[in-house]
Amino acid sequence: MSRHLLFDRIDEPGLNTIGVYERRGGYSAMRKALQMPPEAIIEEIKQSAIRGRGGAGFQMGQKASFLPKGEMAKYLVCNADESEPGTFKDRELMQKSPHTLVEGIIITTYATGIHRAFIYIRGEYQLQADILDQAVAEARSAGYLGENILGSGHSLELVVHRGAGAYICGEETGLLDSLEGKRGNPRLKPPFPAIEGLYAGPTLVNNVETLGTVPTIINMGGAEYAKIGTQGSTGTKLISVSGDVQRPGNYEIELGMPSREIIYGLCGGPRDGRSVKMWFPGGSSSPVLLESDLDLAYDFDTMAKAGSMLGSGAIIVVDDSHTALEVMQKVVKFYAHESCGKCVPCREGTNWTLKMIERIEAGESTPMDLDILASAQSQIIGHCLCVLGDAMAMPVGSIVEKFRDELAEEIEAARERANSLAYATA
Amino acid sequence: MSAIDRRPPVPRYAHGSRVPGWDEAVDLEKPPATVPDPALTPVPDELREAIEAEMAKYPDRRSASIPALHLAQRHHGWCSPEAIAQVACVMRLTPAYLTSVASFYDMFYLEPKAAHEVYVCTNITCSLLGADELYERMCQAAQGHDITVRGFECLGACDIAPMASVDGEYVGPLNLDDASLIVEDIDAGRAVLEHKQLRHRACADPGARSE
Repeated sequence: MSRHLLFDRIDEPGLNTIGVYERRGGYSAMRKALQMPPEAIIEEIKQSAIRGRGGAGFQMGQKASFLPKGEMAKYLVCNADESEPGTFKDRELMQKSPHTLVEGIIITTYATGIHRAFIYIRGEYQLQADILDQAVAEARSAGYLGENILGSGHSLELVVHRGAGAYICGEETGLLDSLEGKRGNPRLKPPFPAIEGLYAGPTLVNNVETLGTVPTIINMGGAEYAKIGTQGSTGTKLISVSGDVQRPGNYEIELGMPSREIIYGLCGGPRDGRSVKMWFPGGSSSPVLLESDLDLAYDFDTMAKAGSMLGSGAIIVVDDSHTALEVMQKVVKFYAHESCGKCVPCREGTNWTLKMIERIEAGESTPMDLDILASAQSQIIGHCLCVLGDAMAMPVGSIVEKFRDELAEEIEAARERANSLAYATA
Repeated sequence: MSAIDRRPPVPRYAHGSRVPGWDEAVDLEKPPATVPDPALTPVPDELREAIEAEMAKYPDRRSASIPALHLAQRHHGWCSPEAIAQVACVMRLTPAYLTSVASFYDMFYLEPKAAHEVYVCTNITCSLLGADELYERMCQAAQGHDITVRGFECLGACDIAPMASVDGEYVGPLNLDDASLIVEDIDAGRAVLEHKQLRHRACADPGARSE
């Protein structure tokens, strides 16, 4: 079943302007929230049990309650870096309904006593950043941003900050360093951003979709929102489906929907009658699942139990016209390029994994190399400051495990090709 | 040339595991660059004002480094030593600091680039759907034109794969023939592949459509 909370008539022309947004009931949640005591809002968010939509799936209400109470320099940072390959849901939301995000930010900062907020948007999203700038300016002239918002005593400065092209800046501490004007290197945790984040102040970092859902939660009430979805994964989720499907794009689904219904029902399945070879359930950093996993429910817990993760909700479908090696090579090349170089297991691990894969293609490998490949991955996971290394190791480890026979055949075939080439030129 | 210099060429792998310039000696005679002297560093007024406006948005002026570098790059065409010195002068930072920041991010150019740029996404979804061939075709088509073509990591538009960002405008899904059309549109100075622009695309979810 699909329900539309965030994507409700999102294609309506002019929804990106405050006039249309308000005519449709926009900013009513903000007005309601500003009448409530801040703790009551946190309580509603906690009751909704909404889990972070950026990838880690941490409960938002819990995260917000980690922030120290009282007046101090606290910050809210909205993570709009969206650089996980396969993910493009926030793009559509920000482009078509930017005020949803602005409203969510106003409510969240009021609830947590924050007076400065930033939207860190990736530099490549120029159109979306311009639209957000426009939305922020409109909200300011309507009196929803600035000093003493609608007489509630709450003040908020909101700045749209453009990045400049680095995957690692989607990692929350790398993002904070980048926002401070540095190279986007991740920091050691703890201290977690909620205690010591931007400019060493307590900082709440949330994804666009998470913050964008806050107005809905306030309007519906947390308990009512929690009835949507499954017990451990409440609410609706924006998902980005891409790859070998007939109708790729963004969809809003109720969590717990069978995966087959998403890939075949909503998206029409692979093209030309082909079949699903593997699929990434949560962006290119999630371990791959097979066709036999298609009947699993699409929610946080089921995906975790199946040995993968829901991540950012980006489903990448690969059909049987592609080899496992080709998929693995693309994934690894990306992470080798994006590793910031701070931690050795990630910097060296991603590069050497790429070299091992190139060796397979060059016909210089033996099937034994698959064991080395797999063991290298297990030495990366959990050994770095952030999860970029893990993000390569998890899918690669799962591909080696699930497509071992195919890879071994590929190794032999490549060796034979290389040998015959050597004889031909000798 | 001594025997030691006859080593095999260093970049042994296609992706190049060596940083360019790794084997060039550092000039130890050169004095370290300090924060540029405003009296000796002329900065165009509009650039200075724009950078100062960015700095005013943040509690710490250093936060404006990335926006300021974007502005300087737009003004000078690339992050030239002159551009970096001007930003450093306005922001009261060292050129080395700004160079370290600029070199971290893919969108900053520390070498001259063409007036127009095309990023062809070559990440997983796009490459499953033929982006590598498209990238090659794009490189061929752009030859002899004032266009920089780059294979880029996921641009966040896998729904229109294979796609490209042409001076910031997302277009897709592209076929191989679109490469030369993109070049024609850029040369003519008009909107690029208007019917394939992402900004006009409706949401895929039928339930999200407006009635």
